Amino acid sequence: MTGYGVILFYTTSSAMRTEKVLVKAGYSVELIPTPRELSSDCGIALRFDWTQHEQIRSDVDDARIEIAGIHQMYQE
Amino acid sequence: MIYLDNAATSWPKPPEVLQAMTEALERAGGNPGRSGHRLSIAAARVIYETREEVARLFNAADPLKIVFTGNATHALNLALLGLLKPGDRVVCTAMEHNAVMRPLRHLEKQGVILQVVPCAPDGSLDIDNLAQALEKKASLVVVNHASNVTGTLLPVAEAASLAHCSGALLLVDAAQSAGVIPIDIQATGIDLLAFTGHKGLQGPPGTGGLVINSSVDTSCMEPLIRGGTGSRSESEYQPEELPDKYESGTANLAGIAGLGAGIRWLMARGIVSIRRHEQEMSRLLLDGLSAIPGLRLYGTRDMTQSIGIISFTIPGKRVSEIGLRLDKEFGILSRVGLHCAPAAHRTIGSFPEGTVRLAPGVFTTREEVHTTIRAVERIARS
Repeated sequence: MTGYGVILFYTTSSAMRTEKVLVKAGYSVELIPTPRELSSDCGIALRFDWTQHEQIRSDVDDARIEIAGIHQMYQE
Repeated sequence: MIYLDNAATSWPKPPEVLQAMTEALERAGGNPGRSGHRLSIAAARVIYETREEVARLFNAADPLKIVFTGNATHALNLALLGLLKPGDRVVCTAMEHNAVMRPLRHLEKQGVILQVVPCAPDGSLDIDNLAQALEKKASLVVVNHASNVTGTLLPVAEAASLAHCSGALLLVDAAQSAGVIPIDIQATGIDLLAFTGHKGLQGPPGTGGLVINSSVDTSCMEPLIRGGTGSRSESEYQPEELPDKYESGTANLAGIAGLGAGIRWLMARGIVSIRRHEQEMSRLLLDGLSAIPGLRLYGTRDMTQSIGIISFTIPGKRVSEIGLRLDKEFGILSRVGLHCAPAAHRTIGSFPEGTVRLAPGVFTTREEVHTTIRAVERIARS
């Protein structure tokens, strides 16, 4: 069971930017309220399919977007 | 009614702007970046889209370095008060608006060293005068891209090279030029660009911003205000990340939505075609007005060195009387007086009386210009 991944951000604007970049690249992502157990840096986080986390990490790096972290979440 | 006060604020606005503002409040009415529910995310998306529109418009590399403010004055204050410390040397031109002059005079009292470079009576800047002022090291150079009094364009690319040679950053006041003349901050070497949303960009009042190029070290630029940003809420200290560092408090969602729509509208129409139209209207106005006996025109006649702003006086007549008669007798809306720019009026020789300013816009027609010329002729005669 892999669950899903969550990208955390320092600013809402970088969350918006990342969503746009990843949707354009064909990923299925969703902006969600940041899970409280992870961080309170920014109210919005980006949820994605964990099986794609390596590609997503490299695409985010390529777009030179500063993120606060990537976490794996396990569904209940 | 003939609206020739587009240099104060453009009017009418494209219908798309009003529609985008209504839609933002109806369908994206959350607080961007605060809550994380669908309306909050929709609002954040609207604002982010406008950041990208602004970045595209000015060829800025990073949309996160577009800081939204209430207007150009706010953006200029952010840059000036954020960057300058006592002992720093700042150089500006004698064509600056009070949005630049007043914060600079305030900073001067606190120990910032200010040098104002004189301009020619037509409002133009002899670049050698700027070069001379920059023989001594400076921290910042401030240049008005286009005068709000005469429309005269100042050479920002040359100013950028000179500023950089002297170790200074270049701050450009693009309140009048944004949207009516192409601006490429990377090609020109502009470090900071202050713009307003409600003039050439066709957006509503209460919008504007500061475009920060990658050349600026923002750790050395203090915010004007501090407060909630929706980010790093665990900390009681202002975040360093952009744009949040400079955007405390809830954003002007409807305004920024309208600004985005205004920029999309003008990009679709093409800035080059807007510029051509304004040049044609200004040329007609200049030709007609210059044929009126006694009427005095200010600024350059060369429309390649100017944007669509025309200033004139009629000896023996108060500018306030001319403005009032244009409005009451002919339904023509102008702006008279000093236009918040006493330095510029001293430069062109119209201080303290000021001038009558006519500023055609994208929607101004030839017929309106001809009617205006006839009206000024009548006023000059009687």
